[in-house]
Amino acid sequence: MDNPAILRVENIVKNIGGHRILDDVSLAIDKGHLKVLIGPSGAGKSTLLSCINFLAPPDAGDIYLDGRKINGKSRKELLALRQHVGMIFQDFNLFDHLTAMENVRVALIKVKGLGKAAATKRAMEELDRVGLSDRATQYPAQLSGGQKQRVSVARALAMDPKVLLLDEPTSALDPELIGEVLAVIRDMADAGMTMLMATHQISFSASLADEFLFMEAGHIVERGSPAKLLARDSGSRTQAFCAKLSELSAAASCEVTS
Amino acid sequence: MRTSWEALPYILGGLWWTAGLIICAMSIGLVLGVPMAVGQVYGGPIIRRLVAFYVWLFRGIPILVQLYLFYFGLLAYLSELPLLSFLPLSSAFLAAITVLGLTSAAYQSQIFRGAIQSLPPGQLKAAKALGMSDRTAVCSIILPQALRLSIPAWSNEYSILLKDSALAFTIGVLEIMSRTRAVASTTHQPLPLSLLAGAIFFFLTWAGIKGLKYLEAKVRIPGYAHQGTL
Repeated sequence: MDNPAILRVENIVKNIGGHRILDDVSLAIDKGHLKVLIGPSGAGKSTLLSCINFLAPPDAGDIYLDGRKINGKSRKELLALRQHVGMIFQDFNLFDHLTAMENVRVALIKVKGLGKAAATKRAMEELDRVGLSDRATQYPAQLSGGQKQRVSVARALAMDPKVLLLDEPTSALDPELIGEVLAVIRDMADAGMTMLMATHQISFSASLADEFLFMEAGHIVERGSPAKLLARDSGSRTQAFCAKLSELSAAASCEVTS
Repeated sequence: MRTSWEALPYILGGLWWTAGLIICAMSIGLVLGVPMAVGQVYGGPIIRRLVAFYVWLFRGIPILVQLYLFYFGLLAYLSELPLLSFLPLSSAFLAAITVLGLTSAAYQSQIFRGAIQSLPPGQLKAAKALGMSDRTAVCSIILPQALRLSIPAWSNEYSILLKDSALAFTIGVLEIMSRTRAVASTTHQPLPLSLLAGAIFFFLTWAGIKGLKYLEAKVRIPGYAHQGTL
């Protein structure tokens, strides 16, 4: 089968505590594309992202990376998958006992087996990429939320992931700190990083995304280009949801800004 | 020995034994307690139940009773087996550090378990998301943080175990308490001697806790203000 998709998710089902959180969800992402998951809280966006790298193993369905089906029972395959699929969390999850540089470096040494000097060099390059090389020796508690999230991006990128999963990367940030993280995400998109991002930053992602996936109650109910789904007369669920969001926040705009 | 005063060097000589008891017992407790805690938090149902049983057992039996059972019971029995004659089974010191160490392991495992469980779950998630194996994640990410958090409770365990170590006199370890009693039985001055023993234990507690406070400050993660600034 000729399928260029770098990541393919097929018929994922996930139950948590007797509730069906994901019900037969499928999607595929081509190399260099950015797909954006939107939808109300509890729709299953975070769970879907966690299923893709088996942090929350799916109950049914398959994950394909580079056309190869992942065997969720094999520890070795899971560890390899997670090396290739980076993840950015809503609340950063930096390792609190390590400096910014050590946060980026630790997996290079412990997972990729790089020597200390090589790992340090790579970590500093990645910090530099997100504009934080001057913060290398600071601990997470000494960084702002935006800086923490940028360190976590550097930490993920240092592993040379094929795909990056972003789980509401700006939701825990003060409004004035969102911009710096969005700028880093934009840089990654420009650099051709393949990404799947759950977010409520609709106007921002509309300018970058190749496709919007609107999730509700464990299903992807709509998918299409941002321009199509957000058009005022589209009558789409996406547009309605988006209108509600901007009602709540007068500052937000659902206009396609590109 | 006519007066208690002349016996002072002899009693202070017990410091080495007491220090030896406490250092060995705390170390045994640490070496056993950490894997027990990890097993209890991350292990399967069988491991979790085994650890819980161990903790239940050793927390439930008084140290004095354990010392008797172990030294006069089990070890006395084993030492009569010709096959084991090469082992120093009649050493009261070994018996005491074994009992104190195994008991401390039960308590320490719960200190570490609490510390591990108090870490945000995102720490482990992030480690796994980077491709770390469970073992690497626990050793490189979880334990360095959990052990830091454990130091205050650990210094509590130290001060309790230090005083429990005085019970080793019952099986004849020549630590401070047993020397004090030996001197008291010849000088008939139990009161000043008890005061002296109390003062020595008080000093050891103070010094140990001081040292652990220093350690706590030394390994504190910059930016985390734990010291009272209400």
